Amino acid sequence: MITEQTSQIAFNKQVASRVFLMGLKSPEMRAAAVPGQFVMIRVRQAMDPLLRRPFSICRADGDLILVLYRVVGRGTEILSEMRQGDSLDVMGPLGRGFGHPPDGRRAILTAGGMGIAPLLFLGDSVGFLGCNLLAGFASSDQVIGPDRVGLLNVEMSVATDDGTLGRQGTVADLMEEHLSHMDPEPGMVFACGPIPMLKAIAAIAMRRDIPCQVSLETTMACGLGACQGCAVKASGRRDRSYWHVCREGPVFDARDLDWGAL
Amino acid sequence: MANLPDLKIRVGPLNLKNPVLTASGTFGYGAEFAPLMDLNRLGGIVVKGISLRPREGNQPPRIVETPCGMLNAIGLANVGLEAFLEEKLPRLRKLRTAVIVNIYGNSVEEYGEVAAGLRGADGISAIEVNISCPNVKQGGMAFGTDPDMSARVTARVVKAADRPVIVKLSPNVTDIRRIAMAVEDAGADALTLINTLTGMAVDIERRVPRLANVSGGLSGPAIRPVALYMVRQAVKAVRIPVIGVGGIMDYRDALEFLIAGARAVQVGTANFVHPRTGLHIIDGLTDFCRAYDIPAIEHIIGTLKEK
Repeated sequence: MITEQTSQIAFNKQVASRVFLMGLKSPEMRAAAVPGQFVMIRVRQAMDPLLRRPFSICRADGDLILVLYRVVGRGTEILSEMRQGDSLDVMGPLGRGFGHPPDGRRAILTAGGMGIAPLLFLGDSVGFLGCNLLAGFASSDQVIGPDRVGLLNVEMSVATDDGTLGRQGTVADLMEEHLSHMDPEPGMVFACGPIPMLKAIAAIAMRRDIPCQVSLETTMACGLGACQGCAVKASGRRDRSYWHVCREGPVFDARDLDWGAL
Repeated sequence: MANLPDLKIRVGPLNLKNPVLTASGTFGYGAEFAPLMDLNRLGGIVVKGISLRPREGNQPPRIVETPCGMLNAIGLANVGLEAFLEEKLPRLRKLRTAVIVNIYGNSVEEYGEVAAGLRGADGISAIEVNISCPNVKQGGMAFGTDPDMSARVTARVVKAADRPVIVKLSPNVTDIRRIAMAVEDAGADALTLINTLTGMAVDIERRVPRLANVSGGLSGPAIRPVALYMVRQAVKAVRIPVIGVGGIMDYRDALEFLIAGARAVQVGTANFVHPRTGLHIIDGLTDFCRAYDIPAIEHIIGTLKEK
């Protein structure tokens, strides 16, 4: 069930360089949310900026939903200045979340940068013990681990572009490394991050015939499937030319997307 | 407590329970918003534009936010006439609100074919003809910027349709009155104005247009004063009723249009920002009428005092 309501901010704290974690009080959304879904937040009651912003849910805890965001523009700048006790107009949970890995098989969760957000919710929900959590970041000061959102004792393999933490390289390199040791092969690969990273992960998974689900991020206006602004090209496998990220996504089977057009 | 003010309104041959409609392309086929609100409270729903055959729409990016507004170049993505009748209309028909079907064609003949295809279909209160989409290669705005072509499309749809015909005008013209009068003469029952204003935005880092289509239609509160002026001009130029649309965010905005002479309003981009905007406007109009002892919304329409 989708709720649109005024939610109180339980906390809004910086957890990494320009990255904030916000807790929003909403028992309704917390009860309804599944990993991979998102919320649309109106950053202030004004004509400008006009549109809501989509944010992945990174955790459901108590009667809170948590969102993790990086300050990249005016909307997130305004959001970062909000304080505990302030209220925001929030709508959610929206979209189709992640599926489940086949019973008993390990899942690989791969994150690029802020793409870590929905995967933390997924890992927390299915149990991190059944997952290999792999994440790539630009540099050590950008690293956001499970501990930053209050998930303790969770193992995460890290790669950084500049080698300042973990393996030097990409999360795709990390995944190749893990796959070479894993027997049996994982039952599912989940991925969220920038398009080049998703392309690399999806290519590896599809080459090995491992089911792969990716979560996409696009500009969107309504979040409800009405404006059709968030279209991404479909692969044609399922008799569709475009998918709408807000409604048919944000999580897609990697085979359903036209990777050349992304 | 005084009686509730009467919000019922006639728009030509159309009887609406209140003057608040949702604009085409901003409210899907209604169902998208059903989880969040009681659709039956609306004066009407204008559904996403329907063409003879399905259209996949433009390449992304299709939207970009701009100051107090947004640009869109969706490209009239829609399920097509047949799927609309089979899959969308049955749900819409169950609603107790006016359902207005927006139609679009690539040629004068095709407009007629879509209108003819809707003949006899239950649950459609009126047809709204889109002669003003800025985001498609063929037709669209090309019809809406020329009085003769506007009249030809209108006449063809009026002839083919078996219910009231509303024509939605483009603001991308030199003199809106000429188009409005041509469409009236061609037999339209009402006018809707305005559609979006053509615009563009540039990504300064990559030096590329921010929309794949290069240009798009500007909507939102940024365009409201333009829309209001055009509605006023049309109201003075024609005898058929005018429906006002463009950047309406709350009941005060709606009142501006009603006072200027619009007999109803459509809420567009505001549905994206706040899905229940239409209902808030209805409540706001009710409260306003009560506060000023206005027994019926009819008494407000066209009451602008101009020197």
